[in-house]
Amino acid sequence: MLAIQANGLQRAFKGGIKAVDGIDLSIEQGEIYGFLGPNGAGKTTTVRMLVTLLLPTGGSATVAGHDVAKEAGAVRRRIGVALQEAALDSLMTGNELMLLQATLQGMKTDAAKKRCSELIERVGLTDAGDRRVGGYSGGMKRRLDLAMALVHSPSVLFLDEPTTGLDPTSRFTLWQEVSRLREEGTTVFLTTQYLEEADQLADRVGIIADGKIVAEGTPEALKRESGANHIEVILLEGSDPTAATAALSSLGEPMEASGKHDVSIRLREPGIGVADAVRVLDDAGLEVAEIELVKPSLDDVFMEKTGHRLEGSGDGES
Amino acid sequence: MTGASLALARRALLVTLRRPQFLAPLLIFPTLLLAVNTGGLSQATALPGFPTIDGQPPVFFDFQLAAAMSQSLLLGGVGTGIAVALELEMGFFERLVAAPIPRVSIVFGRLLAAAVIACLQLTWFVLLGVIFGAGIYDGIPGLLIVYGIGALAGIGFAGIGVTLALRAGNASTVQGFFPLVFVILFLSSAFFPEALLSSPADVIAHYNPLSYVANGMRAPIIGYGGTKAVLEGFAAAFGLAVLFAATATHALRGRLRAG
Repeated sequence: MLAIQANGLQRAFKGGIKAVDGIDLSIEQGEIYGFLGPNGAGKTTTVRMLVTLLLPTGGSATVAGHDVAKEAGAVRRRIGVALQEAALDSLMTGNELMLLQATLQGMKTDAAKKRCSELIERVGLTDAGDRRVGGYSGGMKRRLDLAMALVHSPSVLFLDEPTTGLDPTSRFTLWQEVSRLREEGTTVFLTTQYLEEADQLADRVGIIADGKIVAEGTPEALKRESGANHIEVILLEGSDPTAATAALSSLGEPMEASGKHDVSIRLREPGIGVADAVRVLDDAGLEVAEIELVKPSLDDVFMEKTGHRLEGSGDGES
Repeated sequence: MTGASLALARRALLVTLRRPQFLAPLLIFPTLLLAVNTGGLSQATALPGFPTIDGQPPVFFDFQLAAAMSQSLLLGGVGTGIAVALELEMGFFERLVAAPIPRVSIVFGRLLAAAVIACLQLTWFVLLGVIFGAGIYDGIPGLLIVYGIGALAGIGFAGIGVTLALRAGNASTVQGFFPLVFVILFLSSAFFPEALLSSPADVIAHYNPLSYVANGMRAPIIGYGGTKAVLEGFAAAFGLAVLFAATATHALRGRLRAG
């Protein structure tokens, strides 16, 4: 059974604006699926439909085997949700919020207390558990939000931009938790604006733009599909870029040089590397200041599929 | 539904008690008005048309206690509405909607909490009454009547607040209805008997359910109006509770449909 399946899922708002325009999803149990797209692409609307907060206006979707429109209650019992901007009551303590969530999930008091205590410890909030959430940092709120979403051990977890606005350390801590969920076999549907996040965490990535999925696959496959490796060269002063381009043409196809680089070559074969390029340039009597092998990134994939770079793509994209 | 409603009621109570800036006005404003009215208008009992008990007018402070209680309960309704609107604004409402609970328990939890808060508000005024020498004419059974009518009316006024919050979706709009509290209050027989109101205020007061709520709570305090006033008070408060619980539930459904 697929954990999440969508067929032609649509959501139109007043004025006929289609925020989500017929998307298909097939996500296996235990998979981490990264849903990547810029602001306004339709990520959050998709999540809101899948978690039963919003009714689709077209198509259908099932989560954990239940239809999101017809069996919303059954879906809600099987999912955990951490929506964008951890919506926590600042007047309550972490422990109180955990216990409330457990009660709303129908857990018995003793079992709820035990589970809450385990999760609070797991996300590193034991010392802060009795403090009001209003005094928590952004990272602490996000960790508490995650713990609340996990309180009833859901089979499918939705994380809507869980690290947006977090500092790198908090982001890394949250990534570790998501990786741990993979080991436990939880399906995770993760929306993000951060390419690095999708690259690091997701088994598969779906790229959404203007309400449509424009690319889907493993990060590696998408990058491979996006194009070959290329070599970027900065020559020492006095070396002729035209001669360098001509020499390196034996390794691949010249591209328009970007930024500070003098020469860019798209390599013909994956086996060709920096050593080959240095040898060719040396044979031609050209001196190199810097040379770099660049592999395609998800940003390149995004650029190719949507025609523009993703906001936030500069945040550590490798 | 009961478990979820109780859990949400407990949470609403907890948060309300931790927000003294919301709770204080529910008690301070009516207490100030009670003090001002009692200090400046006590001669009103001598006016023809003011009710008498065994030929004697009631003590004006005792008469005004029910008015202060009514005002406090109305303000409680605005407070509940603002609290719900703030939950909508900060996204906590969505967390509740995403939980596997009957969604109507989100409204019922709030209304249940409002009933408890109403009892706390009434206790404040009962204590004030005791401190300043008011006698509860019908004793403990009379107090139970005051709490019964007050709790039901508290649910009704909270239902109005929740309805407004769910329709408007923001706290400032709900707060904008605050002045209406005084219009509803002064166009009722909460502060003065209907017989002393001039037209058209007396006609409006006659149809204003708050008049019956206030008179119903007042009857066991001053011993005027008898069973009729109590039953009318219960009927009005019950009607308000049922009507506005229904409108709040309807508003919730509308909000959920709109997404």
